[in-house]
Amino acid sequence: MPGIIGRKLGMTSLYDESGKSIACTLVQAGPCVVTQVKNEETDGYRAVQLAYGERKEKNTPKALKGHFAKAKTSPKSKLVEFRDFRAEFEDKVQLGNTITTQDVFVEGDFLDAIGTSKGKGFQGVVKRHGFGGVGQSTHGQHNRLRAPGSIGACSFPSRVFKGLKMAGRTGGDRVKVLNLKVMKIYPEKNLVLVSGSIPGAKNSYVILEK
Amino acid sequence: MSDLLKFVEEDLLTARNLPEFGPGDTVNVHYKIKEGNKERIQQFQGTVMQIRNGGSTGETFTVRKVSSGVGVERIFPVMSPNIEKVEVLRKGKVRRARLFYLRGRKGKAARIKEKL
Repeated sequence: MPGIIGRKLGMTSLYDESGKSIACTLVQAGPCVVTQVKNEETDGYRAVQLAYGERKEKNTPKALKGHFAKAKTSPKSKLVEFRDFRAEFEDKVQLGNTITTQDVFVEGDFLDAIGTSKGKGFQGVVKRHGFGGVGQSTHGQHNRLRAPGSIGACSFPSRVFKGLKMAGRTGGDRVKVLNLKVMKIYPEKNLVLVSGSIPGAKNSYVILEK
Repeated sequence: MSDLLKFVEEDLLTARNLPEFGPGDTVNVHYKIKEGNKERIQQFQGTVMQIRNGGSTGETFTVRKVSSGVGVERIFPVMSPNIEKVEVLRKGKVRRARLFYLRGRKGKAARIKEKL
């Protein structure tokens, strides 16, 4: 899938022709550098590794420095591998080449966005799994409003099943949002305006896939 | 807000083509309404009560009129393509940004002085 790495900048809104307000997320996508081209002979599968974002020379491990030197580029902060970059990109995918937003997307395209959702800490089952909580707040109930309820049967199986939905750490997961529309592209500043929201905080990395 | 986000919002705001008006002004809003595949224009004339989220793409203004004794308030998004045009009929002299006090007033008491 062809794609590009970017950074979430924030949200805004615009109106379509019918007068509907559409919430949009602004992403700075690219320019990305091709740092590795994997093929069947040497790696067993076809993929393209892209790099995005600047990183200080002194904060780069020597091994990575060598990796970037091979592509004749400065050290980058984020490396992502894309499998099956389509044949139409074959001539652009050369070691050290720069891939920009308009190489991959045009306005009106649909894309999938991958981000890391905001961490929410230790949360109960109502927020974490969408449980309804227990019953009413009156009729003798006083502290069970957001409780999970029963977590299993009695002497059989006399244990709690693995994977049962319970309270715990929430957020901070890799989340993919499908079928977002490219509303606008600003090629001179490498910006893409995408319909809908994208998981993650501002300035967090986002992967846009076609 | 990041500079880049500001840049994009400014670009989106170039589509804005309404005259300047503020709270207390009397305006006539021509609003496109689609019925089936026919389109017609509805007019809504009244006093601007408030402007919200000014300067952003989500800016809206509230217009109030009294229609056969019943107060009607309508909120219009400034950037909406359904707004055909806005005529400013009268500039009003008011001392606050949000004229909610008009809701409790009727007839003569609900008048607003004209700004000359």
